[in-house]
Amino acid sequence: MFPGHSRLLLGLVFSLLALFVPTGARGQESAYFVTYDHYLEEPGNLEIEYFSTFGAQHGGNDFHAFWIELEYGATAWWTTEFYLDGQTTFNDSTLLTGFRWENRFRPLKREHFINPVIYVEYAKLNGADKIMKEVEGHDVASDFAEPNSLLRRETKHELEFKLLLSSTYKGWNFAENTLAAKNLSNQPWEFGYALGASRPLQLAASSKRCNLCLQNFVAGLEMYGGLGDRHSFGLRDTSQYLAPVAAWNLPSGWTLRVSPGFGLNDNSHGFLLRWGLSYEISGFGEMVGRLFGRAR
Amino acid sequence: MKVCVVALCISGALVAWSAVSGQDNRDASKRAKNSVYSEIENAPEKARAKRNPFEQNADAVSAGKILFEQHCAECHGETALGGKKAPSLRAVEVQGANPGAIFWILTNGVVRRGMPVWSKLPEPQRWQLVTYIKSLGIVPSETADSAPKKP
Repeated sequence: MFPGHSRLLLGLVFSLLALFVPTGARGQESAYFVTYDHYLEEPGNLEIEYFSTFGAQHGGNDFHAFWIELEYGATAWWTTEFYLDGQTTFNDSTLLTGFRWENRFRPLKREHFINPVIYVEYAKLNGADKIMKEVEGHDVASDFAEPNSLLRRETKHELEFKLLLSSTYKGWNFAENTLAAKNLSNQPWEFGYALGASRPLQLAASSKRCNLCLQNFVAGLEMYGGLGDRHSFGLRDTSQYLAPVAAWNLPSGWTLRVSPGFGLNDNSHGFLLRWGLSYEISGFGEMVGRLFGRAR
Repeated sequence: MKVCVVALCISGALVAWSAVSGQDNRDASKRAKNSVYSEIENAPEKARAKRNPFEQNADAVSAGKILFEQHCAECHGETALGGKKAPSLRAVEVQGANPGAIFWILTNGVVRRGMPVWSKLPEPQRWQLVTYIKSLGIVPSETADSAPKKP
């Protein structure tokens, strides 16, 4: 009847089916949105991710911020990621807000009770960036109340360093991140933190192939916020959040994540709803290698 | 915009470099196979002495097989006879090793040689993997190298 609509419907059905068809080698993704654990991408694998944050705004328009992330396991001790950020502010406009290039390095060869990872990021963003991938310095909810046309005038060239500490004990992951960020436009160092704890709902794997087995679900909690800047370190005039997190790792390589977040003080957004969808392509490095003419 | 293009180019170059150098590593991996297995010898005595809670458990073998296909087969091959990136797990060095030593390798990875840390899998799943790997039996290295891979 409506050939265009039928094709669209067919496409949607096939896309949904693809979520449940097992393929290739897959990692086990964490449930966190802001916190990092110490696990890096498997070497040669590329993960394509889409994340979205809906935020309720006091004294302004609510927003929907989103980012696309390409995460590549360069080696077993180095993961590199590229992000493109954007946002829609309701009753205002939609715009791309910048990009980030992030690298994580694992300095130690073996697992320890606490495992460190060094994180280095360069970001070129404008003031309208609202993805809140981390909260730092004196970032507060009222920063987002201005219209996009004003916010986008501010440009940030930012270097960000994080120390990621993470432990795994009896199936639980505990992660503690501290961050120091420097806007290269002569701004003071800003600080922040993120803490997370998560656990799969079942530790042993089922002997049958299944999408809905409890072992495929991870649930947890994360807390994150700013810690002021070099001149005024501490919790004063910062925003703080607490957010339950959940992830569903499908054997087909897809991961769905969701996290409702709640502001813990008057400087925070009252409510944030985050969700994300990611897909891991194994052997991506080999495919690129073949493009460069290397024999199999 | 220029910075964006430069960053994209750098990322692309890094990805290409790591892919190409990964190929070199794979060529080298055959030459260094014995030293790859020697990592098992580095397992501490305490780790070797650990008992596999799923030993002789048929369900654990089935579960381990599924986990192997999801996480390990890409590098070690569908039949664990070794792939382009990683050695055979059916060699005497692996099949003759204590389950605890294999568990230790899974937990710690061999990060400098490309094997990631698998402690992200909960402990029972790592033991299920060990149970499956040990159930496969020995295929001597020479045979493993020339064995045809499943399509």
